Amino acid sequence: MSGITEPRGWTKGALTTTSWLVYFFFYAPILVLIIFSFSDSRNASVWGGFTTVWYSDFAADSELTGALWNSVRIAVVATLISVVLGTMSALALERFRFRGQRVFDALLYLPVIIPDVTMAVMLLLFFAQAAKWFGFPKGFGTIALSHIAFCISFVSIVVRARLGGMDDKLEEAAMDLYASRWQAFRHVTLPLIMPGILGGGLLAMTLSLDDVVITQFVTGGGWSTLPVYVFSLIRKGVTPLINAVSVVMLVASMALVALSLLTQRLRGDDAVRQS
Amino acid sequence: MAQADVARVDVEEEVTRAVDAVSIRGVTKRFGSGDSEVVAVDDIDLSIADGEFFAMLGPSGCGKTTTLRMIAGLEFPTAGSLKIFGDEVGTLPPNKRPVNTVFQNYALFPHMTVLDNVSFGLRMQGVDKATAATKAGELIDLVQLGGMEKRKPSQLSGGQQQRVALARALVNQPKVLLLDEPLGALDLKLRQEMQLELKSLQRELGVSFVFVTHDQEEALTMSDRIAVMHHGRLLQVGSAEELYERPINRFVADFIGQTNLVEATVADGDMIVLGNGSKVLAPSDYAAGTQVAMSLRPEAISIGPRGSVPAEHRADSLDGVVSSAVYLGHALDYHVSVDWIDLEVRAPAVGSQGRFQPGDEVSIWWDRSSNWVVAD
Amino acid sequence: MAAVVERDEIDVEPFVVGEEATPEFEAANIAQERRRGFLIALPAYAYLIVFFAIPLLTVIVYSFATRDRFGGADLTSFNLDSYVDLNDELIRTIIVRSAGLAILTTLICLVVSYPFAYYMATRSETVRNIMLVFVMIPFWTNFLVRNYAWYVILGTDGPLSRVAEFLGFGPTRVLFTQAAVVLGLVYGFLPFMILPLYASIERIDGRLLEASRDLYATGLQSFRHVLWPLSLPGVIAGSILVFIPSLGAYVTPQVLGGTGTTMLGSYIVTQFLTARNLPFGAAMSTVLMVFMLAATIIYFRKGGRTL
Repeated sequence: MSGITEPRGWTKGALTTTSWLVYFFFYAPILVLIIFSFSDSRNASVWGGFTTVWYSDFAADSELTGALWNSVRIAVVATLISVVLGTMSALALERFRFRGQRVFDALLYLPVIIPDVTMAVMLLLFFAQAAKWFGFPKGFGTIALSHIAFCISFVSIVVRARLGGMDDKLEEAAMDLYASRWQAFRHVTLPLIMPGILGGGLLAMTLSLDDVVITQFVTGGGWSTLPVYVFSLIRKGVTPLINAVSVVMLVASMALVALSLLTQRLRGDDAVRQS
Repeated sequence: MAQADVARVDVEEEVTRAVDAVSIRGVTKRFGSGDSEVVAVDDIDLSIADGEFFAMLGPSGCGKTTTLRMIAGLEFPTAGSLKIFGDEVGTLPPNKRPVNTVFQNYALFPHMTVLDNVSFGLRMQGVDKATAATKAGELIDLVQLGGMEKRKPSQLSGGQQQRVALARALVNQPKVLLLDEPLGALDLKLRQEMQLELKSLQRELGVSFVFVTHDQEEALTMSDRIAVMHHGRLLQVGSAEELYERPINRFVADFIGQTNLVEATVADGDMIVLGNGSKVLAPSDYAAGTQVAMSLRPEAISIGPRGSVPAEHRADSLDGVVSSAVYLGHALDYHVSVDWIDLEVRAPAVGSQGRFQPGDEVSIWWDRSSNWVVAD
Repeated sequence: MAAVVERDEIDVEPFVVGEEATPEFEAANIAQERRRGFLIALPAYAYLIVFFAIPLLTVIVYSFATRDRFGGADLTSFNLDSYVDLNDELIRTIIVRSAGLAILTTLICLVVSYPFAYYMATRSETVRNIMLVFVMIPFWTNFLVRNYAWYVILGTDGPLSRVAEFLGFGPTRVLFTQAAVVLGLVYGFLPFMILPLYASIERIDGRLLEASRDLYATGLQSFRHVLWPLSLPGVIAGSILVFIPSLGAYVTPQVLGGTGTTMLGSYIVTQFLTARNLPFGAAMSTVLMVFMLAATIIYFRKGGRTL
């Protein structure tokens, strides 16, 4: 906000308190979860002394670790493919004009708007039909394909924002300086949108690792991802084991975010600030 | 003195000279189609000589930038011939033309250092890293930015960025250098400095500079010749003196410098009739009855107390009342109400004419050769 | 000045000569650009058509089909039965409940986020960025885990219950109530309200509020007549960003809600996994989707600029 708007009097106190309360609201549950993951008790909500048994149980539980491994593999595959497709669609929409562009643009926005329940239903019926006509089995393939379907749009949005904010004269300058279209892309456009591509990739990975409903619907043949497995555990009966699993998932997401922030810093913030 | 042929004469002279740096014949550029069609450049003929500092001047939207982009290859003409040193380039993409551009906001690559920016063109042409770095270094020194090679554009001031843009273009030894309003983003003092530097740089290098601007003062300061454009058409091409003293029409007269335009009608080849009926000696080639305007530059008008007009100027004089007087330091700026119009008169601050106040009754007069008749 | 680089010192490929430009050339060039753009878009375009547009059509087709004996769908006889079945008292209850909870969630988010966003907008740039980062961190953590955390807190004998006991309220179990669901939804979607609100407020010129004070307005009047109207695009954007996912929520009501809190999402899922009434579920999904689309179009018209 430009101009001086420092709140005065009692409003200042009220606003500061509200803000701290919001942060408390955000982080307290996470802290509680972490604390109780070390609780020596059958009841996940009760503190019964310190122990790390739940973590070792997690490591020993092959079904859980198997689900974790599946989640990671699917997330990596989905992220890689959706980043490539999402970036390409961003480039096509921002730098070119072609027939059917508006339809494509709208089509890209739909997966973002649609609630996951509907998307899960859509893909379930689709793959069920596909199984009937082509014998395509449900499992890793269907999960990955489904994740890519909603990730492309998110990557596209992030990269488009980046492209839009870029000075389009830069590409002209590159061509004026004897670069071919491809060279201009490689040396000028790509480095400048890289933060967007990485950001989009991070978003895609998070969405893929987070997903419950869609995966639940399109999975088959005993394939399970960690969130889906945990989800079913919660319905059955809760022990601090789930707390431990949750904390591991938490730490993993934080690590991912920290990693992406770190790579951004290493590549130099100037490019980020410029564009 | 015939005005209508001034622009024509330039073109004819060109034909007899050596091969021009840039030769534009019948070039038109249309955007859009049907109802939304815009003619940005309308059938222009232009020649830019080798080693010339050439400016394209006009208000926004007149087509000057589009023309520049067509020379650069960033746009393709809809029709017409565009030659660079005799070679037709109309359909070539920008990376195949021997010209380079300095963009309006410099378009420096933000993720590259100054050295990488400047050596970019060479590297794209296949020059090896070491040679390119050496050449780039020489140019960086030339524009007095030695020592800044490792910096990024965001760490440079506007003036420094502009020099990098210059170096980046010049290192490729282009046959023609194009500049798209490069000084627009600089503050006044810096702009004036850069104007002089660009001029001397051009003279040293001997390369043709084609410069686009909407600031007529800038064009007059730096250029050997200027092309004035309006609504996509080329109005007049000539030296600063030609444009200022002998503008081809009302628009050019008004656009270049300050002038008074007094409405009149042509009486015959020697005389025009002003709005208040008085006749003034002003030779022209227009037919009798044509609506014209008499263009009088403020500094060409002399001012004195009522009735003090020297005998030889009596036929070129008017009586009026001072409506405003502004002291500019180096000059005095008066507005004199004469019957139906207001004329601006600029008088030197030091002189025997003395200072006038609003309300003073004065007479103004001018040298017969100073007035100039223009039509639309 | 350093020595001027002499011409023709660098050994560069001689330049190619072109041809005179014509309208045909220009048109051909434009056509080539179009083709290029299309080709670059093609992979993603094709992918979305196969794995999104077609599934979408499949749902709509199924919604007109008939339920067959095996819990599948008979695609040979089409009718509007499923849509007619939607007009059922149970469905209406669920829809009203879902809408009500979604609206409540949106309102709570708005009330909580507004002072927070305003406060953030009036901080210095460094503080603002730090505050933003700490708002975003929970967003990046796993959604299921965030809901589960509340499961832990709100359960019988859970921390909340203990605190309530300590304060003299007796053991409380909030879990499996509508309040728990709203709490979970607010927790999950608060960043979606904060961000657009902040973006919108941040853009307001603070001097306008100063001017308002200068013209004798009280804080409340300044808010009502200056701040609120100017921040409206952000309010609308944030509201829709919270309302839409809340309406179609599945995970949160499943984890934190009980039998008395069935929402649209869960009900649709049961049609497919338990009740095996595919056409009916498809019809519900279609209706839900149409509604979402309508709401989003409103968002783009009114508040779309702030994102």
